[in-house]
Amino acid sequence: MNNTATVAATPLNPTLAASGWRGLIADWSSDRQAFHVSWGKAMMWIFLLSDTFVFSCFLTGYMTVRVSTTVPWPNPSEVFALHVAGADIPLLLIAIMTFVLISSSGTMAMAVNFAYRRDRVNAATLMIVTATFGELFVGMQAFEWSKLILHEGVRPWGNPMGAAQFGSAFFMITGFHGLHVSAGVVFLFTVAFKLIRGDYDKKGNYQIVEIAGLYWHFVDLVWVFIFALFYLW
Amino acid sequence: MNPDTGQQHPIGLYLKIWGLLFVLSTMSYLVDYFHFHGYLRWTLIIVFMLLKAGLIVSVFMHMAWERLSLVYAILVPPLCLLVLVWLMAAEAGHTFLTRMAFFH
Repeated sequence: MNNTATVAATPLNPTLAASGWRGLIADWSSDRQAFHVSWGKAMMWIFLLSDTFVFSCFLTGYMTVRVSTTVPWPNPSEVFALHVAGADIPLLLIAIMTFVLISSSGTMAMAVNFAYRRDRVNAATLMIVTATFGELFVGMQAFEWSKLILHEGVRPWGNPMGAAQFGSAFFMITGFHGLHVSAGVVFLFTVAFKLIRGDYDKKGNYQIVEIAGLYWHFVDLVWVFIFALFYLW
Repeated sequence: MNPDTGQQHPIGLYLKIWGLLFVLSTMSYLVDYFHFHGYLRWTLIIVFMLLKAGLIVSVFMHMAWERLSLVYAILVPPLCLLVLVWLMAAEAGHTFLTRMAFFH
């Protein structure tokens, strides 16, 4: 910070400005800050923006193959039905997964709240609860994948129910989302562990909890779109 | 509120949004459960999806309280995706018609 302050003090004299990478950054930013948030939060938002484009490309690709196929698309309502108590309940597992992920978002929001009150035990506990919900979600997804692969015979190149593109779209989209959830679980456990250990007390800044929360809510957000466009459509 | 020190909102607000998300998810599930079809089904799915997404982004991700410079930097670029969706929908429709004409 001291170096950039020195650069700012002498903006009109280029010979005195910092050189190298520091100079490049100082020149390009003109020592001004566009976003009045911490760099960590700004970078997380920009990462999430890029991730939005990745998932949107997958969903657009799914739309393209679904519209263009001449073979009937398998009915997700029936494909993802669970046989409970002698009746097929449509989309039951997916509905439960949705509620689990929304609940994890709720506990995450509360963890952020506790972190800003500097209540690190409650914040870390709620983060661990959130991560556990995330694990539960991934577990149910593993069950869903196994059922589809082993019992329904769904493959990325074909399936007995209809259009061959169903499998590739399903595995690509839900697989990439599941990877995001798994990465989020690891991220949350790491931050919760460091929070308990007191790593953030030196600077007295608990904003990392909010940044981790942004990522987690984004994963929930993506699921909202997958649930609507893939499972319900 | 000082944006540098982060955001603090009452827990009650989060609980209300949580409840609202549960209600909206239940309603979108019921769209499938009651076998709605056609434009009614698609409209309801899109409406519930956008409401849920809006609640998550604005309250859980605190976008409602961020400065406009950040809000626009994050929310405007995805609008380009609407162009992509439009182009690909036209392309997919064309592919479908070609397949129907030559392979059926």
